[in-house]
Amino acid sequence: MQTAIKRMIFFAAIIAFWELGSRMELWHPLIFPSLSSVFSALAEGLQDKTLIYDLIASFKRLAVGLAISLVIGTLIGILLGKSKTADDTLGAVILALQSVPSIVWLPIAIMWFGLNEKAVIFVTILGGTFVMALNMRTGIKNVSPLYIKAAQTMGANGIDLFIRVIFPASIPYVVTGSRLAWAFAWRALMAGELLSTGPGLGYTLRYASDFGRMDIVIGVMIIIGAIGMIVDQLIFQRIEKSVIKKWGLES
Amino acid sequence: MFIQINEVNKQYNDKENQPVDVLKEINLSIDKGQFVSILGPSGCGKSTLLSIVAGLTKTTSGQILIDGKTISKPGKDRGMVFQQAALFPWLTVMENVTFPLKKEMKKKVAETSALKYLQMVQLGKYLSHYPHELSGGMQQRVAIARALAMNPETLLMDEPFGALDEQTRSRLHLQLENIWMETKKTILFVTHSISESIKLSDRIIVMGTKPGTILQDITVDIPRPREEYKKEILEIEDHIMSYLKKEIDKVVSEELEYANSH
Ligand SMILES: Nc1ncnc2c1ncn2[C@@H]1O[C@H](COP(=O)(O)OP(=O)(O)OP(=O)(O)O)[C@@H](O)[C@H]1O
Ligand SMILES: [Mg+2]
Repeated sequence: MQTAIKRMIFFAAIIAFWELGSRMELWHPLIFPSLSSVFSALAEGLQDKTLIYDLIASFKRLAVGLAISLVIGTLIGILLGKSKTADDTLGAVILALQSVPSIVWLPIAIMWFGLNEKAVIFVTILGGTFVMALNMRTGIKNVSPLYIKAAQTMGANGIDLFIRVIFPASIPYVVTGSRLAWAFAWRALMAGELLSTGPGLGYTLRYASDFGRMDIVIGVMIIIGAIGMIVDQLIFQRIEKSVIKKWGLES
Repeated sequence: MFIQINEVNKQYNDKENQPVDVLKEINLSIDKGQFVSILGPSGCGKSTLLSIVAGLTKTTSGQILIDGKTISKPGKDRGMVFQQAALFPWLTVMENVTFPLKKEMKKKVAETSALKYLQMVQLGKYLSHYPHELSGGMQQRVAIARALAMNPETLLMDEPFGALDEQTRSRLHLQLENIWMETKKTILFVTHSISESIKLSDRIIVMGTKPGTILQDITVDIPRPREEYKKEILEIEDHIMSYLKKEIDKVVSEELEYANSH
């Protein structure tokens, strides 16, 4: 059977179980609301535009945070890829920092910036920077020596060689790095927003929970998951696939 | 003398960090405009020697002079066609061929010149294709066009036709011969095909293996085009074969020895 058909049947089964279970009161609506109440909560949020404002606020923070993390990550990655000394010293630190969940930085961020927009963006930046840096580094290190040799026999060297050959040759890693940076930054942003002031998807999630609005909680969670999946599958995985094909990296 | 290879030695370290001789006491003088083939069994150091002349690999000792100047780094006076096509996958065919021309001429001029060489290798219809959309043989032809478009005085070619089918190869032999006669480039052509080397070159350097040394320096003075001189070609072929057979036997017996001792 085709994957798409399998998936559709699977989701239909879950949805049917969810709605029927709620209607037959297998569980209390405060523990888990019915699908229809989740939908109406979402519709309400869209109608009075609060959800729209949340989405816009979250995406603004993400855009700023991700953009900064991609730039810093790329620069650090280039440094690590080109300088052995930097790789041996700073590289070890970056590797260690990467395994620290970025939300752990929030207390520091709050002390530096206060509990505001800046603190959340700071955490988002940290979420994306290290993966981007490590992927950029790997990309630079993995450039086929043949490309470099060929370019050298054609008169390219120094910064010219870097811009025209080494960087473009590592684009597949830049794409993978960006995809992971987006995923990490998105998670960090949601975690940061949970603990900060609104508007924002994460803030609304906590607010709804404080007021016992389970329908909104589930609704916002669905939005967060859907956005994560759509951006990853529809944007990044497509770019990644075509780049891998073009760069001849298919195995 | 145009290219002078003086007492070149090259060692690589093996797994136990012991130096292994790859090239030993290579001496060679090549005149301007000569077409020289380097022929030898796999692993005898042909690519290494070419890469040293290109300035991509350092010698352990000895030096290379071109036009009296010692080679220390790669330069646009020496165009290289590698054993693998080495095209940049993020550039189209046209962009690949104009890569070396970007800095010194206007885009239009570079493209006109690139087109000439791409048509010469019958790829005029593939200008906006990307390398991954071409077959291996087509990629190699783009690489040849790229080296020619740079218009270097010396062409270094490392088994450029190894991956091609017989018809394409013969056609490219003719084209290369024509280009060489028109432009009077000095060509160093690595191959392990005896007939290819006789068909194309003025001179054949037969190399032996372990360590890589020059066994024979054979002059081919058959008039061109050479197709009609079947008898002379066969004579030289037998002559070369007698040297190469010993070398190939040596490689085979070493392989057997290694297999028995492990
Ligand atoms: N970077 C390297 N490090 C260590 N050994 C090397 C290196 N490059 C080549 N060699 C060794 O040098 C020898 C000669 O290699 P080279 O590629 O020049 O051979 P070749 O004559 O071009 O062979 P082929 O016809 O198969 O291309 C081989 O034994 C190879 O193992
Ligand atoms: Mg070789």
